[in-house]
Amino acid sequence: MYRTRGEFAADGIGPGNRYGMTASGCGVATLLVRPDCIYISGAVRPDSGAACEGRVVMNIELTSADRAFRDEVRAFLATSLPPDIKRRVENGLELGREDYASWHRILYEKGWVAPGWPVDHGGTGWTHMQRYLYDEESAAASAPRIMPFGVNMVGPVIFTFGNSAQKARYLPRILSGEDWWCQGYSEPGAGSDLANLRTRAERDGDVYVVNGQKTWTTSAHWADHIFCLVRTDPDAAKPQQGISFLLIDMRSSGIEVKPIITIDGGHEVNDVFFEDVRVPVENLVGEENRGWTYAKFLLSFERAGIADVGRSKKQLAGLKRIAAAELSNGRPLSEDDRFREKIASLEIDLLALEYTELRALSRQTSGEEPGTEANILKIRGTEVQQRITELALEAVGTYANPYVPEALKDGWNEEPIGPEYAASVAPRYFNWRKASIYGGSNEIQKGIVAKLVLEL
Amino acid sequence: MDLSYGEDHTLLSESIARFIQNDYDFETRSRIAASDLGFDPTVWQQFADLGWLAIPFSEDEGGLGADPVSVMILMEQFGRGLVLEPYVPSILLGGRLIASMGGAEQRSRYLGDLIEGKIQLAFGHGEPGGRYALAHVATRAEGGAGGFTLSGHKAVVHNAEAADFIIVSARGSGEVRAQDGISLFVVPRETPGLTVRPYRTVDGFRAAELVLKGAQVGEDALLGEEGGAYPAIEAVTDRAVAAVCSEAVGVMDLLRETTLEYLKTRQQFGRPLGAFQVLQHRAVDMLIACEEARSLALMATLSLDKSAPERRRAVSAAKAHMGNSGRKVGQEAVQLHGGMGVTDELKVGHYFKRLTMIDTFFGDAAHHLDRFAGDA
Ligand SMILES: Cc1cc2nc3c(=O)[nH]c(=O)nc-3n(C[C@H](O)[C@H](O)[C@H](O)COP(=O)(O)OP(=O)(O)OC[C@H]3O[C@@H](n4cnc5c(N)ncnc54)[C@H](O)[C@@H]3O)c2cc1C
Ligand SMILES: Cc1cc2nc3c(=O)[nH]c(=O)nc-3n(C[C@H](O)[C@H](O)[C@H](O)COP(=O)(O)OP(=O)(O)OC[C@H]3O[C@@H](n4cnc5c(N)ncnc54)[C@H](O)[C@@H]3O)c2cc1C
Repeated sequence: MYRTRGEFAADGIGPGNRYGMTASGCGVATLLVRPDCIYISGAVRPDSGAACEGRVVMNIELTSADRAFRDEVRAFLATSLPPDIKRRVENGLELGREDYASWHRILYEKGWVAPGWPVDHGGTGWTHMQRYLYDEESAAASAPRIMPFGVNMVGPVIFTFGNSAQKARYLPRILSGEDWWCQGYSEPGAGSDLANLRTRAERDGDVYVVNGQKTWTTSAHWADHIFCLVRTDPDAAKPQQGISFLLIDMRSSGIEVKPIITIDGGHEVNDVFFEDVRVPVENLVGEENRGWTYAKFLLSFERAGIADVGRSKKQLAGLKRIAAAELSNGRPLSEDDRFREKIASLEIDLLALEYTELRALSRQTSGEEPGTEANILKIRGTEVQQRITELALEAVGTYANPYVPEALKDGWNEEPIGPEYAASVAPRYFNWRKASIYGGSNEIQKGIVAKLVLEL
Repeated sequence: MDLSYGEDHTLLSESIARFIQNDYDFETRSRIAASDLGFDPTVWQQFADLGWLAIPFSEDEGGLGADPVSVMILMEQFGRGLVLEPYVPSILLGGRLIASMGGAEQRSRYLGDLIEGKIQLAFGHGEPGGRYALAHVATRAEGGAGGFTLSGHKAVVHNAEAADFIIVSARGSGEVRAQDGISLFVVPRETPGLTVRPYRTVDGFRAAELVLKGAQVGEDALLGEEGGAYPAIEAVTDRAVAAVCSEAVGVMDLLRETTLEYLKTRQQFGRPLGAFQVLQHRAVDMLIACEEARSLALMATLSLDKSAPERRRAVSAAKAHMGNSGRKVGQEAVQLHGGMGVTDELKVGHYFKRLTMIDTFFGDAAHHLDRFAGDA
């Protein structure tokens, strides 16, 4: 008999032994030594007296080194995360650019801002497991996320395909947070069909002249630079072949940013218009007309954390608090059998997601090529996120109705309408419909899995 | 059995559809939503002049004596137009409560003016912590010399700020969730001791929190018998719920049509989105959800005059189904529009939000599932 206990659950959802499960019999153990089983951090610890002594078994214990690491991260977060930022994240209040920026600076000073980067470019050298633990602890502590466009997106493209001048110019400023980036991929006619993009870059001496429009550009209104996919060869045999990857200063003349307001009333995305924008050729990354390859590299780079399990755990804990505070026939809604079952199903889905991610992580740790689990994690991760917002909406009942955008700003001192937690619930539900659309919609993700995994 | 419209029904449906098309396009609707009042008094007067405010009232009550199907037709078209004017709170709740509970004097005092568009009503019933239990009334009514003193808190009362009179439920006796002991009072909005805290709702309507602190009303404010209002509240809200299911049918149909149109016109990968079979199936599922919702809204409407248990089952079936099919159709409409679906600019998001909030109207899917099963 082998006893496995998931310590990853210790924060966010419940006590560590909450997920305790027992697998019995050698048959199980045999099954577990298949190459695709979880084998994290190398700890091997069959219970004493087990019948299958001597076998290599997988386990989901953290090693003592991982535990020490986690404690270190936890302690750092406890002392370094500014309380006002923490409060805003915790209560679902709006975060300003300065909130993201100051947390970025704190992490930069600690040396933790870019865990995924190679050490010589300023990365941490952490293992996959450590990165996972770090993400989870950050979410549990209500740290804001780091804006992905610089650190997770363009940074890796630059250190992989950029020249030394580009590396020297851009990477340090991405790390320090001096430069903010946004992602200029999508266009009105090129959403799922990204290769259909039309924004044109024509060579004129030592500049490219850029004309066209990008859309859905997240935080373009906060950004210093935009990395763009542009068409440099309109006559290429395949649309993918005529695309280049260009870095553009947002202060260039001829760029106009117009806000797009989303259904929750928020402003996070924009249209970006380019009219005769002159971009130095030295801002071309890699080779001309090879941009699609770099773009796809970027899409596949950020697989760690794509499921956002840590944040979903935190959100689920919040949902449980709401359910405990809401009443149904005079008793807490959390004691209502039907609602409990809905939360339980969701929590099981989240566990399945978590362990799917851990399996992927363990494969990566043992040096296997990452497969298309990123697509699966994106699909299920966003479905779980959306389900959490849906159940929160159900839990608050009629108090989902009031629309009080001021209540989502920190420092609003009036008495809340209904329970305090209610104000952000409906806007969040509406807003999170985006998650199954952006970053390659879930339909497109399924198409990729069908094509690449199932070979249909 | 005949489930087809009569001639009157067809005419009514066409005239409301014409009104929406000519006088209530999406831009007009957005302008009205942004206005201080949140609805357009001239539009309301138009409704009165066209006789639409009279539809749910019998000839005795000063109305047209139209059947529930006429209300269904009206509400479906209002759903298609995402109409903001307070037909449900003012007419179907406030007006119907006075009509079914009030004495002759009270009816003549309020209903004539209501039907002519001169006054607005609201119904203050739900309370914090009551969830959807219809009998949950903690607000107290203390009888005294010459009238009653009301104290309590009413949650998310639609149209309260614009209402001249608010029908308030309050309890003279009994436990918080007991059906016995609930009375209804017609409370002028300006009554001292009544505070109205108004706000917008996420779907563009107006509602308010009501706080009653020793608000005094006269004996003539009491509707019907003291302590005996529950059956009428249930009957009136059931009618309103059936009507709102029809509104939802209109909202869903419009979302479905808009999405279908988008699938046919939006090109990706060199063809319309509708060429992808996976999206074709999703569009078919939306159609099925809409057809079923329509079937149940009709079934509920045709059951409104049956016995109370039959009416309850029918209304709860429709509302429970609507909660689920509405969520599905709303989410799919957004998803299939891609990024456009989550913008404030497009209609889709606004219809989606309305549909989402309809689920909270006098009981969500879970509540009505329980009620259908006989548990609530
Ligand atoms: C909040 C938000 C933030 C975003 N941020 C950025 C950003 O920073 N930078 C950036 O470049 N882009 C960004 N995007 C754009 C995003 O990547 C696109 O919206 C997405 O790729 C979908 O494209 P689309 O909106 O044009 O939808 P469409 O491609 O028109 O798709 C519409 C619907 O059809 C489905 N569909 C399309 N093709 C197929 C197919 N072949 N098979 C089956 N179904 C299909 C889609 O899944 C979707 O449901 C953002 C989007 C949102 C909503
Ligand atoms: C903002 C945004 C974020 C996204 N995020 C993700 C993500 O995180 N993960 C993800 O998987 N998808 C993501 N996508 C979706 C992704 O961009 C494509 O929609 C998806 O990869 C499918 O593209 P495709 O089938 O057209 O291209 P592919 O499968 O790349 O190519 C289609 C055809 O072109 C050929 N081809 C491919 N590349 C080249 C080249 N360089 N030169 C010549 N021929 C080539 C292929 O052989 C194939 O025959 C995102 C899209 C957007 C807009």
